[in-house]
Amino acid sequence: MSTRRCKVFGTLVLLGFVLSGTAHGAEDSYWLSDRQIYKLVYTSALEPPEINRIHEWLLHIETITGDVVENAEVTVDGGMPLHNHGLPTRPRVTEYLGNGNYRVEGVRFHMHGQWEILITIKAGDIADSVTIPLQL
Amino acid sequence: MTLAAIAAGIIWWLLPQAPPASWTEPEVEMLESLWIANLKPLPSDPTNAVADNLAAARFGQRLFFDRRLSANGAISCATCHQPERRFTDGLPKGQAIGASKRNTPSIVGVAYSPWLYWDGRRDSLWSQALSPLEDSNEHGSNRSHIVRLIAADPSYSEMYALLFGDLPESDSVDRAFANIGKSIAAYERLLMPGPAKFDRYVATVVAGDETSQQEVFSEDEIRGLRLFIGEANCTQCHNGPLLSNHEFHNTGVIAFPGEVPDKGRVAGIREVLAHPFSCTGTYSDDPGRDCAELKFARTGPELIGAMRTPSLRNLENTGPFMHKGQIETLAQVLQHYNKALPAMIGHNEVKPLGLSGRELRQLEAFLLTLAAPLATADQWLRPPLHDPAEIAVDQAGGNALAESIVTTESL
Ligand code: HEC
Ligand code: HEC
Repeated sequence: MSTRRCKVFGTLVLLGFVLSGTAHGAEDSYWLSDRQIYKLVYTSALEPPEINRIHEWLLHIETITGDVVENAEVTVDGGMPLHNHGLPTRPRVTEYLGNGNYRVEGVRFHMHGQWEILITIKAGDIADSVTIPLQL
Repeated sequence: MTLAAIAAGIIWWLLPQAPPASWTEPEVEMLESLWIANLKPLPSDPTNAVADNLAAARFGQRLFFDRRLSANGAISCATCHQPERRFTDGLPKGQAIGASKRNTPSIVGVAYSPWLYWDGRRDSLWSQALSPLEDSNEHGSNRSHIVRLIAADPSYSEMYALLFGDLPESDSVDRAFANIGKSIAAYERLLMPGPAKFDRYVATVVAGDETSQQEVFSEDEIRGLRLFIGEANCTQCHNGPLLSNHEFHNTGVIAFPGEVPDKGRVAGIREVLAHPFSCTGTYSDDPGRDCAELKFARTGPELIGAMRTPSLRNLENTGPFMHKGQIETLAQVLQHYNKALPAMIGHNEVKPLGLSGRELRQLEAFLLTLAAPLATADQWLRPPLHDPAEIAVDQAGGNALAESIVTTESL
């Protein structure tokens, strides 16, 4: 299955929650990984997002069945698909905070427009990735 | 047939263009993001304990203008960074004892940038300030000479002692040298751009006052602004209130005649990562050594030939432009973007614009609206001559700076 279709699926799941009125706050809005293995919630230290400022993100990762994902290998990358270039920095997970929470440092955006953040998660032997679209 | 086409062209040229339509909501948001009213307070610099200390800034101002710091007693920072030219020199490349490798950039507002130099080979103002002092083409001096000078000049050693403790016993030469850079940095942090005609225009847009809008900006300036944030894509890189993202981009500027193309950021990042005066080095005052910009900096081939985006608030009286002064005028800069030829090394990130001559003139008219006096008080924009020894040196140098004598009391 193509990444794009999965993303659409993830968005539909989210939309489904919103439309059916079953969302109970933030915990129910999550990003689904491409192969539907992991659920991810992120919070940015810069809210609303802003350009030209380096900042941190916190990730919370669970399996699709709701078990927190401990000590996974998590990588962060991204870019602007329309401009065909990557992030200006090389963010990475600098700390596992316990309870499925990971600290990401070094996030910065340097242009307005449509960005994508690609997060890959590997716990045990099972790797999957999540693509988060962001409008700046 | 051809004649008719030419006639039609002339008529089209003479006809007034339809008035520019008003701004959409996303456009207003974009304009606000460029507005100087939205310039955040200068971020603190934890690597420099005296970054925001006024006494350090006064000390730094004197060092900035003091020629005794140079090998031949004739060069100061202000030889190249001349206040009356917005701290540039009007030359393609800096010129002192020898020729610098690149064009002298303005330093107004540069304290906002996490990276210094065209290729970002320093990560703080204070570590940057130490390089010209020991560059054989610039001040051509060395740290021991400079630290001895501070120790020998009673008013300097007093200022130094108040800020950092007595010289020379308390400190190693390297530490004292770093402190000198930190004082110069405290001075440079005061050099800030002031509001321009463009900012007055944005104020009228935000207020929704269409009549005043047309009084502040001409139709050409409005159209130029529309191109700048729209079709011409300039805000991809020239964004935020300083019109710079402080990032590195290859825009295909051709090499300086007779030179190989400049590698830019790929070389700069390598240098800063290994530099003893960087944020992670022992002379940084940041106990936590956060150093996020340095720790998470990107390296890689996409940075070949990439230079740091300059602020467009420093265009007035600062030509020639680009990293080696390759382009003389603003009109030529715009032609360069309009053509966007393939880069000599690396990959040109900008695409040809295909704008008409008229549109290019409108874009230029807009760029000129960014000109403005500094927000910094005049007393910081000239040498604080009050020390008899320095005045003697300046008069010996045949310079008429004595006219601008200010006393410390006026500071
Ligand atoms: C010979 C002329 C010359 C002298 C003297 C000189 N500079 Fe510069 N300065 C330059 C040039 C050229 C550059 C850009 C070099 C590069 O990017 O490789 C520069 C860059 C800078 C920058 C970085 C600006 C930016 O946009 O990144 C700062 C800040 C600066 N100089 C401050 C100083 C200070 C402080 C002194 C005195 C201690 C000084 N300069 C002395 C020519 C000079
Ligand atoms: C991809 C990023 C990018 C885009 C898009 C871009 N610029 Fe630039 N601009 C730069 C960089 C980087 C430099 C310095 C290039 C060099 O010296 O090699 C620069 C230099 C300039 C300069 C010279 C400033 C100086 O002090 O030397 C001007 C003027 C300028 N740009 C205006 C514009 C305008 C107008 C547009 C839109 C047509 C534009 N730029 C689009 C990145 C960009």
